[in-house]
Amino acid sequence: MSRIEVLKTYKMYIGGKFPRTESGIHYPQLDSKGNPIANMCKASRKDFRNTVVEARKAQEPWANRTAYNRSQILYRIAEMLEGRKAQFIEELMQMGTTKKQAENEVFTSIDRLIYYAGWADKYQQISSSVNPVSGAFFNFSMHEPTGVVAVIAPEENGLIGLVSTIAPIIVSGNSCIVLASESKALCSISFAEVINSSDVPGGVINILTGNALELIPHFSTHMDVNSLLYCGNNKKAIQLMKENSVTNLKRIVVKKDIDWMKDENESPYFITKFTEVKTTWHPIEKIGASGSGY
Amino acid sequence: MESKKLSIINHPLSITKVDQVGISDRVSRITKRSVKNEAKIYGLKMALSMIDLTTLEGADTVNKVKQLCYKGMHLHDSYGDLPTVAAICVYPNFVGLAKEQLKGSGINVASVATAFPSGNSSLEVKITDTKMAIDAGADEVDMVISRGKFHQGEYNYVFDEIAKIKEVCGKHARLKTILETGELGSLDNVRKASDIAMYAGSDFIKTSTGKISPAATLPVTLVMLEAIKDYYYETGIQIGMKPAGGISNAKLALQYLMLVKETLGDKWLTNEWFRFGASSLANDVLMQLEKQRTGNYQSKDYFSKD
Repeated sequence: MSRIEVLKTYKMYIGGKFPRTESGIHYPQLDSKGNPIANMCKASRKDFRNTVVEARKAQEPWANRTAYNRSQILYRIAEMLEGRKAQFIEELMQMGTTKKQAENEVFTSIDRLIYYAGWADKYQQISSSVNPVSGAFFNFSMHEPTGVVAVIAPEENGLIGLVSTIAPIIVSGNSCIVLASESKALCSISFAEVINSSDVPGGVINILTGNALELIPHFSTHMDVNSLLYCGNNKKAIQLMKENSVTNLKRIVVKKDIDWMKDENESPYFITKFTEVKTTWHPIEKIGASGSGY
Repeated sequence: MESKKLSIINHPLSITKVDQVGISDRVSRITKRSVKNEAKIYGLKMALSMIDLTTLEGADTVNKVKQLCYKGMHLHDSYGDLPTVAAICVYPNFVGLAKEQLKGSGINVASVATAFPSGNSSLEVKITDTKMAIDAGADEVDMVISRGKFHQGEYNYVFDEIAKIKEVCGKHARLKTILETGELGSLDNVRKASDIAMYAGSDFIKTSTGKISPAATLPVTLVMLEAIKDYYYETGIQIGMKPAGGISNAKLALQYLMLVKETLGDKWLTNEWFRFGASSLANDVLMQLEKQRTGNYQSKDYFSKD
């Protein structure tokens, strides 16, 4: 008699811990031939609610860290991922990519983390401005993190989609709740293990697995979620999110038909999508012969 | 007063041993339950009406107390049809102010007294402290017991002190006795202190000052509720219960209400006989009520802080 394989049941990543779903519902993760290779949690409304509480708690302390420290931590994720690249390549292949594609995806993911790590202490300098105003004021605008950002990660990619959405969101000091690709969820929880061993404070990155259409109504109505990133092209879902977002004027960002493997899809503008501009008017006095006012 | 006839030391109740396993088993059954929809809304509104909205900080200011009084009267006006809190709980020097602010609202003013929170002072000072609160118009006095004396075995001292303060309160104010269960060490001691406090004439027994951790917990509350039940059977006198400190979410508040209902019954389910001492519970309850009404999970950003 052949041996019955013991399939791992992956848990979710919430507030720096790995709990099972509150609902107790799981779904099978299939390989490219349709054979089950693991069990994934199907996140419920309550899982999401609990996650928002964790993300909210973690957000302010994370934003209060120095940009330099956030940069180090992002770099650390890249280092840890590099150390475990073989596992990720194998997992991607299990889910149906070729070896070459898988390697490419893992390497691009590592590089992308380093790319955004570099931006941590630079994006503000590039995006902020001193504004000319008529009056005795020093007027400047700068970017601050939006708060708690919920993400529906791209369905097509297991790893690069996750990295490309998480990194630009957390680099400015947001915390995030990511719903991983449903059909390619295997990498997402392995990636959570990487995050968990990379000095990222618990709650800054939270990863759920489950069905996007089921969770979108809850993602978009929750009053304590400040922004929502949707990667996909379901028109009905997009409309629903936009309608629901009016309850607390959530920022909705939609990314349609994006090839996340391409370099053009990493950009500091992606960081500022999840920031708010704060403008300060500071009274000044004219000093010096040149009339300089600072 | 009955307390003179009964000597606590010889009373059989004073040696009651608490069944710890039984208590934790009972509590764990309560915490596994789930209350939904209409029952939940009913329970949440009831919890709101039982709150002693509290500020007991060294940094309390006149405006902080004013703001708290306003909050007590207007919990969340956009909801409509909400009860007010039961009382505002402050230090004695703010009683007059709170009384004035709350005029006509039906909300009581409770004042901590007797060298709160440590209780380490002479009886004279404690009496003066209590008088000060009552003269300023306090409807309720929250006193602390002398935990040091309790641990030294001087139960008579603790008993007499409570009886004395009760005498000062007289008919002017109801007396809540804080046992500070976090400092008592064991559930047996909680039971013993509850019995002392009740036989000495307290109108309410209260778990904690909120200044040390652990403050109120479900097991400690259950022990005290059982003590109240036994005392009621013994004497026919109804005693109130007030868990205080650390009760900051609605779910926990509902669990307390379940404990009360199933240990003492409906007779205790009014703010005359049951209170929550809390500063942040009200907002969580309000958020849950709004969740029930709108269907959306709420954010702290949309509720007044104090």
